[in-house]
Amino acid sequence: MVIIGRGAEAILEMKDFKDLYFPSKDLKIEIVIKKRIKKGYRIKEIDLHLRRYRTILESRLMHEAKKYVRTPTLFEIDPDECYIVMEYIEGDRVKELLEKINSEKREDICFKIGNMVGKLHKNGIIHGDLTTSNMIYKFNEIYLIDFGLGEFSREIEKQGVDMHLLKEALQSTHYKYFLEDFETVMEGYAYIVGNEKKKEILKRINEIEKRGRYVRRDSLYNKQ
Amino acid sequence: MISLGIESTAHTLGVGIVNEKEVLANESSVYSGKGIHPRKAADHHANVLKNVLDSALKKSNVSLEDLDVISFSQGPGIGPCLRIGATAARTLSLRLKIPIIGVNHCVSHIEIGKFATEAKDPVTLYVSGGNTQIIAYVAKRYRIFGETLDIGIGNMQDIFGRTLELKFPCGKEIDILVAHGKKYLHLPYTIKGMDFSFTGVLTEALKYIEKEKKEDIAFSLMETAFSTVVEASERALAHTGKKELLLTGGIAASPRLREMCEIMCDERENKFYVPPFDLCRDNGAMIAYHGLIEYKSGKRMKLEDTVVKQKWRTDEVEVTWLS
Repeated sequence: MVIIGRGAEAILEMKDFKDLYFPSKDLKIEIVIKKRIKKGYRIKEIDLHLRRYRTILESRLMHEAKKYVRTPTLFEIDPDECYIVMEYIEGDRVKELLEKINSEKREDICFKIGNMVGKLHKNGIIHGDLTTSNMIYKFNEIYLIDFGLGEFSREIEKQGVDMHLLKEALQSTHYKYFLEDFETVMEGYAYIVGNEKKKEILKRINEIEKRGRYVRRDSLYNKQ
Repeated sequence: MISLGIESTAHTLGVGIVNEKEVLANESSVYSGKGIHPRKAADHHANVLKNVLDSALKKSNVSLEDLDVISFSQGPGIGPCLRIGATAARTLSLRLKIPIIGVNHCVSHIEIGKFATEAKDPVTLYVSGGNTQIIAYVAKRYRIFGETLDIGIGNMQDIFGRTLELKFPCGKEIDILVAHGKKYLHLPYTIKGMDFSFTGVLTEALKYIEKEKKEDIAFSLMETAFSTVVEASERALAHTGKKELLLTGGIAASPRLREMCEIMCDERENKFYVPPFDLCRDNGAMIAYHGLIEYKSGKRMKLEDTVVKQKWRTDEVEVTWLS
């Protein structure tokens, strides 16, 4: 058992498929268990409700999103123990990858990112935490992980905030080519949702930024 | 150096006197009505100002001539109330011919908290009537990592309390109700990243009135609201990598909120600090202390710059006194 991540809410453990389920010669799959841990500060009623609810919502979002974009395959959900078992995606995090590739490749990845977000939004899914740390590049495809802050919605406001977060993430982590990168992302987005929608979203992002409460906050730290 | 501070952002008119080492006096008078009526609250402040000032001077054994700097809360707050404090500060500054410093009320809460406890570089959970924010010092500013999208927890408590006809400010009586509540009634829980909102949960809680015991409603409402801010604080701790949590503001008086923060910090092996209550609530000493450190870092203000700022945000303050 190896702990590969620890957030404020959950612990990520990596295991071998055969240790958790059944031994098989042909299946060589590594899996990840995301377990939402108990919080002693809140009463049992709230704690269990939240962990259960979030576990179920995250699984639903991931599963629904799988119809349109690449996400890890779900193996098991336990709402009572509040964990999700999913496929381990072995690849490069886009966060590091974007910094060490040439402009042609970068353009390709950014277009794919925009494409991916477009497909989610078109089908009523908000990811809620679109940073390059939550994207894994494997065999020319981008896998999206961590739907913990997501929701089902078709509201333009929520789509705007979703895209705004991505913009902030690009601006803070990949500031060198930020302008071109974001433009390419929006091109990829428009390829799926159309130019009208793209304009609408850009206008909304502008509005969100003007509200001021978002001024350089998420950009101070890059999520791990 | 001796500094005198005047606090008048909301329902408290406070006068504090401090030097570099200790709080010499911290006197106040609180306006009480059904909520805060801006003009009536301002009238109250104007009426009691002289008495509060006199008792602060008497208690600290300091005379007006001994003062080196006058500070006042320049914002954020209720306009008419702020202007009373600002006018008094200007008058004192002109008469005594000593410098005047206007400070940001929210930042004062953090600075006095660091002064009164051993916290050095904390994530601050600031919970009061009008404000509910999670703040940390990063790159020369106190940045807001999370905050309420609508009303502060104190405001929520007061609306709830007023519906139950409790005495304003309602925090104390609600704390008593909460301690007697047992049954949890389901309520919505709104957290968006590190931001949160309280109007939804308040509306739902009000719907339970007369259907359920008021102790249980108060218990459920406060458990939900406190869980939200403690969860957001935990995220801020994880996000910034800081190891200390400082709880301040009027709602820091709630024993349950303190307990929750303490458990959360224990589970993360982080340190938890809360200043003595007189320095948590709105008070003059924090304004005096904050003014003093700003003055010592070289800040000077012209009289024209002392206009009050009702919507002055924490992250707009340029921090010159910290390295």
